[in-house]
Amino acid sequence: TCPPQQALLTREEGLKYYRIMQTVRRMELKADQLYKQKIIRGFCHLYDGQEACAMGIEAGINPTDHLITAYRAHGYTFTRGVPVKEILAELTGRRGGVAKGKGGSMHMYAKNFYGGNGIVGAQVPLGAGVALACQYLGNNEICVTLYGDGAANQGQIFESFNMASLWKLPCIFICENNKYGMGTSVERASASTDYYKRGDFIPGLRVDGMDVLCVREATKFAADFCRAGKGPILMELQTYRYHGHSMSDPGVSYRTREEIQEVRSKSDPISMLKERMLSTSMASVEELKEIDVEVRKEIEDAAQFATTDPEPPLEELCNHIFHNDSPLEVRGTNPWSKLKSVS
Amino acid sequence: MNTICGWKVLYLHLQWCVCSIVRLSLLEIRVVLLLHSFVFGLCPGPTQKMNLFQSVTSALDNTLASDPTAVIFGEDVAFGGVFRCTVGLRDKYGKDRVFNTPLCEQGIVGFGIGLAVAGATAIAEIQFADYIFPAFDQIVNEAAKYRYRSGNLFDCGNLTIRAPWGCVGHGALYHSQSPEAFFAHCPGIKIVIPRSPVQAKGLLLSCIIDKNPCIFFEPKILYRAAVEQVPMESYQIPLSQAEVLQEGSDITLLAWGTQVHVMREVAAMAQEKLGVSCEVIDLRTIQPWDIETVCKSVVKTGRLLVSHEAPVTGGFAAEISSTVQEECFLNLEAPITRVCGYDTPFPHIFEPFYIPDKWKCFDAVKRMINY
Repeated sequence: TCPPQQALLTREEGLKYYRIMQTVRRMELKADQLYKQKIIRGFCHLYDGQEACAMGIEAGINPTDHLITAYRAHGYTFTRGVPVKEILAELTGRRGGVAKGKGGSMHMYAKNFYGGNGIVGAQVPLGAGVALACQYLGNNEICVTLYGDGAANQGQIFESFNMASLWKLPCIFICENNKYGMGTSVERASASTDYYKRGDFIPGLRVDGMDVLCVREATKFAADFCRAGKGPILMELQTYRYHGHSMSDPGVSYRTREEIQEVRSKSDPISMLKERMLSTSMASVEELKEIDVEVRKEIEDAAQFATTDPEPPLEELCNHIFHNDSPLEVRGTNPWSKLKSVS
Repeated sequence: MNTICGWKVLYLHLQWCVCSIVRLSLLEIRVVLLLHSFVFGLCPGPTQKMNLFQSVTSALDNTLASDPTAVIFGEDVAFGGVFRCTVGLRDKYGKDRVFNTPLCEQGIVGFGIGLAVAGATAIAEIQFADYIFPAFDQIVNEAAKYRYRSGNLFDCGNLTIRAPWGCVGHGALYHSQSPEAFFAHCPGIKIVIPRSPVQAKGLLLSCIIDKNPCIFFEPKILYRAAVEQVPMESYQIPLSQAEVLQEGSDITLLAWGTQVHVMREVAAMAQEKLGVSCEVIDLRTIQPWDIETVCKSVVKTGRLLVSHEAPVTGGFAAEISSTVQEECFLNLEAPITRVCGYDTPFPHIFEPFYIPDKWKCFDAVKRMINY
């Protein structure tokens, strides 16, 4: 069996996907702008170009299902339910941020969304563990565990594959292959670039990650597979990122501008959806423009919040290290300075 | 004590060079003024203005030229590395000697150990010290114990691991860590941390030549910020020798890496505002460390302040404090003070509050003088 070759898109769904993907796109571009203005500092890995992956996956699972990904996480943070202003405020390190300003770009979380993980590959065994919890609790939920083409060569990925397969865990492993692990192209990093086959004994699907409907149908298929108790399944989403690896990477020293332009003009996920909707008269140009305007406003307001919200208070530095009933004392830079830690 | 392979310390000449900190604001270090450094070793020869990453490249260049078995590998080293430490080496020495590995730290170090055991000089790069933990098992259980467990039949002394280290102003949890304390606890490996380009090149060359596996942490904030006139030829700075940068009589300030520059500022502040004469020591080799130099200094001054960015509990300052109080108990005028990072993960937005900056250290000096 394999996923269906056809998908049904209703007008509501189309407009919803369009709005969400456009929001993610504009949010990432706003983050780029704020970073260049030095309002966002630190590390910032942008997701524009890959919106169809986050949207398609979310459309294929339930909000009660679980998801965990690596550091290119802003898109998933949004699709998993965090408002744009909390995402931007987290990037700027303010108290209104989703992690109270303490996590930053790579550490954003939500209900059933386990982040946001900085160390490459470390999230995959975690995802397998969440899947085990789902199996154990018998709640018919699954876990979607994402990683990239660079992480696919980490040892712990294969350890997770083995455990998930052995115990038939309801885990969808998804490799978001955007062709470059930082600056290294897949051909130079991997002995086998067929990432969907790397699961060996785990069945694998290769999916066009720029087409939101492909991603959705494949995810639905995979979710049904897992819920039926057949064990884990692997999906490779072939996608592309327009920005460099992070904001300190211009993104053109290891690939050509022509390549980026080609993907933008031929396979941009938002343009593809827009064209589909316009050519089948599911929506009018004005309607989509109106959505664009609304999205822009939402992002502007969020950016305003993110730049004006105050930073977290100094006491927060030491909070939430441990779980403690009464406040714990944290040793500081000098022997006579101690701060209280509460949780 | 501490003569490595029969080296005697020679002062060949004083190098006046360009490396110090003008303004240590909470978020930036700009390195501009003059600091003199002593070049230990033979024939420094002609020098060139280099920053820290260029001095590392120079050291690696010298190594690849003189040692035909030397190879450099790690993530992204081929194009020059994310901090440009290996720029030009692949073109000069070939792709079989300078090559990329996939993204697998445990694999990189394990592979490096194998290479070293078989006889090649292996120089492995871990992209950030924060990522060294998947390789922790290989370093601690394999590399450190190879000679011991084989009764000296095998060893991986040819292995050197390099990693960018320490806070950088915006690194947050996973690009700012200083993990030297974890490795100091493991007998069998050496840990070295330079404070400047001249030091970095000499110490790195010593690590590569040293017949023990070494971890060389490079303060990433100094890669561009620290600039000095560095000898172009090969030279070595002995390991396990601390350096007294400035002599003093009232208090000893001990640090390594970036923090040494903070200490120099604190010493200047203490002299100016309190009339206190500070002796500033750069530890350089964390393990095995130069107990003699530090203790001699504490015997003279009676007070010791140790400072590092890593969290205070279990940080290397704890080991130093414990040893010094054993050796110099009756000489101490005040308790040994540690000014270190908080016992929290390295924060994102709170970094300026977290780091042991010059004001916290100055405050500690004041209290110790008035004890």
